[in-house]
Amino acid sequence: MILKEKAVAEIKSRMVRYPHRKSAILPALTVAYRQEGHLSPALYREIAKIIEVPYIEVAEAASFYTMFPKEPVGKYLIQVCHNISCALLGADSLIHYLEEKLGITKGETTPDDIFTLISVECLGSCATAPMMQINDKFYENLTREKVDRILEELREQARNGKENTV
Amino acid sequence: MEKKILFKYIDDPLQVNIDTYMSHGGYKAWEKVLKSMKPAEVIDEMKKSGLRGRGGAGFPAGMKWSFIPKDSPKPRYLVCNADESEPGTCKDRVLMEHDPHAVVEGMAIAAYAIGSHQAFCYVRGEFAYPAAMMEKAIDEAYSKGILGKNIFKSGYDLEMVVHTGGGAYICGEETALLNSLEGERGMSRIRPPFPAIEGLYGCPTVVNNVETLAVVPQVINMGAEWYAAIGTEKSKGTKIFSLSGHIKRPGNYELELGTKLSYLMNDLGGGMLDGHKLKAIIPGGSSTPFLLPNQIDTPLDYESLAAAGSMLGSGAVIVIDERTCMVWVIERLIHFYKHESCGKCTPCREGTGWLEQLIGRIEAGEGQQGDLEKIDSICDNILGRTICPLGDAAVMPIQSALKLFRDEFQYHIDNKKCLVKTEFEFK
Ligand SMILES: Cc1cc2nc3c(=O)[nH]c(=O)nc-3n(C[C@H](O)[C@H](O)[C@H](O)COP(=O)(O)O)c2cc1C
Ligand code: SF4
Ligand code: FES
Repeated sequence: MILKEKAVAEIKSRMVRYPHRKSAILPALTVAYRQEGHLSPALYREIAKIIEVPYIEVAEAASFYTMFPKEPVGKYLIQVCHNISCALLGADSLIHYLEEKLGITKGETTPDDIFTLISVECLGSCATAPMMQINDKFYENLTREKVDRILEELREQARNGKENTV
Repeated sequence: MEKKILFKYIDDPLQVNIDTYMSHGGYKAWEKVLKSMKPAEVIDEMKKSGLRGRGGAGFPAGMKWSFIPKDSPKPRYLVCNADESEPGTCKDRVLMEHDPHAVVEGMAIAAYAIGSHQAFCYVRGEFAYPAAMMEKAIDEAYSKGILGKNIFKSGYDLEMVVHTGGGAYICGEETALLNSLEGERGMSRIRPPFPAIEGLYGCPTVVNNVETLAVVPQVINMGAEWYAAIGTEKSKGTKIFSLSGHIKRPGNYELELGTKLSYLMNDLGGGMLDGHKLKAIIPGGSSTPFLLPNQIDTPLDYESLAAAGSMLGSGAVIVIDERTCMVWVIERLIHFYKHESCGKCTPCREGTGWLEQLIGRIEAGEGQQGDLEKIDSICDNILGRTICPLGDAAVMPIQSALKLFRDEFQYHIDNKKCLVKTEFEFK
């Protein structure tokens, strides 16, 4: 089993809240993603068993939802919004700045597996643009100074070996 | 004018706690409804208030609730649409983060009005924090007997669940949302049947936006006449506007419907960022046609914006200054719609892809004579020919830009470069 006991328990406790167990697929994928940082067929198999639905139904749903990476990513997944409100306030330059600071291009992971950088569609923070999401957290009204500080803090956290908190 | 009904306690950091919420009169409306009103009376009250859906389409809320068949033996469901993903829109998140109990109470009242004993709040997957705030509020409500079994000893039961999505804009479209909630891929359904007849799990269902539901307790507390007296003849009440882009003070502002756009932009928003000249405004989220600077005094209400050639939509006002290339803006938007198309119907699936290619090549300086006519024709072949309104949503800003800024697109093709081009720098 890849899923830890706690994750299985959470999936089960969510499952019983729905009139139909299939509804628990998306919540289960979320739980699995939070634990592992990305999804995989092995996880679909485990989820299918817990919810008691065919494997294909879990895999099919998972393939539709872009929020869950299907390949391993760095400890911190940086998602910069490139949509219009953020773009008007320099989202593209933010992406370039991150690329330079991290020494990678969009879509890549740093060699130490700490950061993955991607850009995404509007994250509902348009009035606090430009912004990025790192794992579950939103960082808004970004400036160069703020970005420097955030990256520094996360590097520090990674060095101290804190648990993955997607 | 700015008028705070939904935002009355938005700056109080304790409002998220049930005790504070109740000390501000919270859950009084829920208690009143359960103890002294019949479902039909609640629906009547909503009809009289004139409240229209705040998710984009502006459909009257009371009327939507009244479409639930009275005699159906099936369970009914109430779904709160908290998928908030229309570019420019960031208001529902604020409500869930700062006043989640208002959303819970509104959901409860709506559920009762349609005879539902099970309500869901579908929150976009990226909103981990707002979803957690909603879950906390719901847990608190359960622990006080405000949700669950035999609420306020009325004999009425109501369960409430937060469901989180997986990062798909289309899941904000109500039928795609229902599929997603059922554990399917989030693809839109062909209507009819409408959700009121066959919605979640094939049962009668009402889907309402967060902002629509959050104001319901106030309408019950203060009365339909009070609410209906705010706003204009046909656009009642207040609406939250998300102001973003090239503006000095971006943010979420609650305005009486019918307030002038210029008041929002200048008096509240502080005017243009760095004193640049205004070029265009998207008034209702990225799916709505552009307004020009000479339309800045348009009143923000459903009718006035329609008369101005656009839509109120979700109330997301995006301000664009003169330094901005409109081809670049449209490229950004069509990329979004192409990415978010669920792929179920051909005009939208293929059409958004072709549009992205054509607009992309114009922006890249590789446009060819005749490209604009091709874009016109593809737009015409998408508009009104798709299963859900995402196809129209993709086309409307493009058609609008080609009408208002056609010269700029043509310049791009003729000269292989932008008429104006600014690489916007973040600070
Ligand atoms: C592509 C698309 C995306 C939508 N996204 C949202 C959304 O994020 N939130 C929302 O409340 N409504 C959204 N809607 C509108 C819903 O389909 C539906 O009309 C609305 O939730 C009804 O609630 P209301 O009557 O309270 O506005 C979207 C519609 C379309 C076509
Ligand atoms: S219009 Fe687009 S999003 Fe809507 S059903 Fe068709 S393909 Fe899907
Ligand atoms: S456009 Fe970036 S968060 Fe909405």
